[in-house]
Amino acid sequence: MYPFSYTKVPDVRAAIAAGQRGGRFVAGGTTLVDLMRETVERPEALVDIGALPLRGITNAGNGVLRIGALVRMAEAAADPRVRAFYPVISQALELSASAQLRNMATIGGNIMQRTRCTYFRDVTANCNKRTPGSGCAALGGFNRTHAILGGSDQCVATHPSDVAVVFSALDANVRLHGPDGERTVPFADFFLQPGTTPDREHAVQRGELITAVEIPAHPRPMRSGYLKVRDRQSYEFALTSAAVALHIQGGVIRAAKVAAGGVGTVPWKLPAVERHLVGKRPSAALWTEAAQLAAEGARPLAHNRFKVELLKRTVERQLRVVGGTR
Amino acid sequence: MTPQPQNFVGTPQSRVDGRLKVTGHATYAADHVIDGVIYAAVVDSSIGRGRVTGVDTSAALAHPGVLTVISHLNAPRLPYVDNPGSNNPPGTRLRVFQDDRVRFFGQPVAVAVASTLEAAQHAARLVEVSYDAEQPATDLSSAPTDPPTTYARGDADTALGNAEVRLEMTYRSARNHHNPTEPHATIAQWDGDQLTVWDKTQWVVGGSQVELAAVFGVPQQSVRVISPFVGGGFGSGLRVWPHTTIAALAARVTGRPVKLVLSRRQQYFGTGFRPAYEYRVRLGSDRSGRLSAMVHDVRAETSSYEKFTEAVLVPGQMLYSMPHVRQAYSTVPLDVNTPIWMRGPGFATGSMVVESAVDELAHELRIDPIELRLRNEPAEDPASGLPFSTRRLRECYAVGAKEFGWSRRNPKPGVTRDGDWLIGTGMAAAVYDTGGFPAQAHVRLNADGTALVQSATSDMGPGTYTSMPQVAADALGLTMAGVDFRLGDSIMPPTGPHGGSTTMASVGTAILDGCDKVLRQAITLAVNDPRSPLHGVKPDDVIVRKGRMHVRNDPTRGETYQQLLTRNQRPHLEVIGTYAGAVHDRFSMSAYGAVFAEVAVDARLGLVRLRRMLGVYDAGRIVNPKLADSQAIGGMVGGIGSALLEHTVTDSRDGRIVNANLADYLVPVNADTPDLRAIYLGGNDPEANPLGVKGLGEIVLVGVAPAIANAVFHATGRRVRDFPITADALL
Repeated sequence: MYPFSYTKVPDVRAAIAAGQRGGRFVAGGTTLVDLMRETVERPEALVDIGALPLRGITNAGNGVLRIGALVRMAEAAADPRVRAFYPVISQALELSASAQLRNMATIGGNIMQRTRCTYFRDVTANCNKRTPGSGCAALGGFNRTHAILGGSDQCVATHPSDVAVVFSALDANVRLHGPDGERTVPFADFFLQPGTTPDREHAVQRGELITAVEIPAHPRPMRSGYLKVRDRQSYEFALTSAAVALHIQGGVIRAAKVAAGGVGTVPWKLPAVERHLVGKRPSAALWTEAAQLAAEGARPLAHNRFKVELLKRTVERQLRVVGGTR
Repeated sequence: MTPQPQNFVGTPQSRVDGRLKVTGHATYAADHVIDGVIYAAVVDSSIGRGRVTGVDTSAALAHPGVLTVISHLNAPRLPYVDNPGSNNPPGTRLRVFQDDRVRFFGQPVAVAVASTLEAAQHAARLVEVSYDAEQPATDLSSAPTDPPTTYARGDADTALGNAEVRLEMTYRSARNHHNPTEPHATIAQWDGDQLTVWDKTQWVVGGSQVELAAVFGVPQQSVRVISPFVGGGFGSGLRVWPHTTIAALAARVTGRPVKLVLSRRQQYFGTGFRPAYEYRVRLGSDRSGRLSAMVHDVRAETSSYEKFTEAVLVPGQMLYSMPHVRQAYSTVPLDVNTPIWMRGPGFATGSMVVESAVDELAHELRIDPIELRLRNEPAEDPASGLPFSTRRLRECYAVGAKEFGWSRRNPKPGVTRDGDWLIGTGMAAAVYDTGGFPAQAHVRLNADGTALVQSATSDMGPGTYTSMPQVAADALGLTMAGVDFRLGDSIMPPTGPHGGSTTMASVGTAILDGCDKVLRQAITLAVNDPRSPLHGVKPDDVIVRKGRMHVRNDPTRGETYQQLLTRNQRPHLEVIGTYAGAVHDRFSMSAYGAVFAEVAVDARLGLVRLRRMLGVYDAGRIVNPKLADSQAIGGMVGGIGSALLEHTVTDSRDGRIVNANLADYLVPVNADTPDLRAIYLGGNDPEANPLGVKGLGEIVLVGVAPAIANAVFHATGRRVRDFPITADALL
């Protein structure tokens, strides 16, 4: 581990100031510290934001649910409002990591976690994300778990978060607080596809602190659920996953929110699937048709060709589970 | 001497060291507190083959606390005397820091030594190694092979040509790593020419002590190995790996005790592994399912510098009766480190293939898989012609079928459904050699009526600390609390390796022998002592209960060990008990089992989920049913891993292990291992050894993977011949 300084900040203002000076925020420490041990991350200054008052889950007005950035994964999963209105969030969280990690890791840290690409995490391998211009070992290497969507000739690493897939599906917003005040970034704009700059992963600017994730008002009742497909039954990142939320009224789908995980370089929103569903009546045929659109534009690699079909089937299955088979 | 009452052998005793372990007080290799210890961190090669052309240590040495960096450029020359009696495979062992060759990715090329762990680890990162890299060969399928090991009986090729039914399949099994919970670790200290190592090892004397003496060219007595606790081994501790030598080397160079703990990543190339196999099998039978011939062509990984082989051919030779067998087992030298035995070595892989192939034949012939096996059950060992000491495989099938509910099985594959899940059941036979290594044990009966028993064996998890006092307590007529059993130190009497399911057979028998002899001494002393109430009694009429000797039919007439020894002013009675090792020339001796699995397969999503598993074992006497269940569950979990999850992946471009961590190398978690149950037929095998045990640690992994694979086929109608079976293959 490279030497670093460590300071605790008492409030948001101090955090932002420390961030402006180049400090890296640490909360649960479940991803950054691991990467520091592997020397993938070599921050000179760690800024512990654990004491900031960002641990609430609140109604932000007009039906908006605000989840503070420092809410633990376990707390968010257990929250009665989350469970009542967005079971898909609870499910995604509970299918993530392990109980111990969920007790430490925060919502803000979760969406900021870095890829599980093994070449990224192995400092002896070439990785454009870690060392821009060094090349991508995954493209011609073992890439079973890598992205089939959103990749470039520079990087095909998947975004590992489950709950970020749900937030994308639900059109959530990220609240940021920086030197110039607060701003809101939609999830659709928050994560950056690698393109030619795979080291740039998100919209957070220097000094900016994530303060909350906000779920906008959705029509109720909204049925939702998360399906995670993986080799091992627990404690593994997704091969594929699907977050589905449907508002069905009068036998017709009025709103559909769908995104996929484990397949994209960013949490992969599926607008074509959503559009195909809205205004139609649930049926097995509809689920199949809609799911066919899930892998549009997929560019599989040598070892993950199976993910193209698996993605469609994952989406199809979860549409059926959430929407019923009538 | 007549048998003593058996109060502890056969009873479900809890681990005597359980509290120590769960409270963190058990001292594993790195836990020993040694005054003045410093720390070492290994620098691993980042190429898979080639030469080291330079080692720039300037940045590392400039880091505060760093004492030295050792590489081939400045390491002392080490004798590396040949050590033919060791577990080193034929070839030339890797000689750390003795030359500039890189033979595999991750090979140690330097070590940083510092006054703190943090400084050592950071310094290891700061060492800049330059290389002249060559293209490594890591592909099992394409690389040239060594000359094969062969076996033949009858004329398998002709018989195959004449067979009514012929099947030909190729199975592949992935490389597996042991991944014990405790990382491999060594603390080494020199005192003049005396070396002491606190090490994680499964062979204290014949393995670590003898090999370190050979590496450093010192007498065996100059090396002491201390290893009281081993946090899992599964075979990975059966030989000395480079890091142990590096720790001792660094200690010699610095004149300080050195602690070296491998990282989890380093376990993947710093220690061995179960090699990957490519196994082609052809079999012939008649329409009734009577096998006539099998031909086995096996390719297996080994390193470029050592030829590792294991008993992969045995199940194909003796599990079923057939006149014609031909086998060729070719190792493929690759630019990898040397494999080593892993739980159920050889037999697990051989059974994986044979038991899958037999299941394929059963399906082909529409014969129940158990019935097919019964039709080919041999009356004597078809390879050696020897009678079986015991072979109760038929009983295993019968008990297993009944307990598992096999008769309710619809023989047609792919038709049993539970919602989105296809349900399947499968079974497999299991076999593992019953062996025993020469062993000794020191038994001392103290004047206070307690006993001290010592043997330089290990307890990597099976419960040696608990089961040996059970044997000793019964043999001496003491309570378990009255027996102080110690292990894991090379100053104790030597044993064979703690592996191959031999520890109870070997060490247990030596302890039994020692206890019997000490008891004989005590009885002789008593019956010849005019002051003893037992004076004049025939020795065979004396038995002992709770430390009190008395006449068998008159419990009132007797005295305690304590009274006897105190009165005779004897501080203790002692003896070295011995066991000469298993004799294999009269009987074919093996443990057997039948494994049954029920799986659910979500064929749309490619998911395989084990629902339940039952193993029925003919393993001879079960010394401790509670420990046995721990063994059985652990073995099944290992088998589930090799069937569905475990796969060490190598990047063929540079030989890098891509998933050298426990997030990407998947071992089963609790959710993957529901409802595992073991049944033991019990009884004992008197021909195997005086305790009648056949060994349990290995047999419980054998047969698990093919039972699961056969269940997956039954669920889906799809035969997957590549292990592990993952979603990719089932979609």
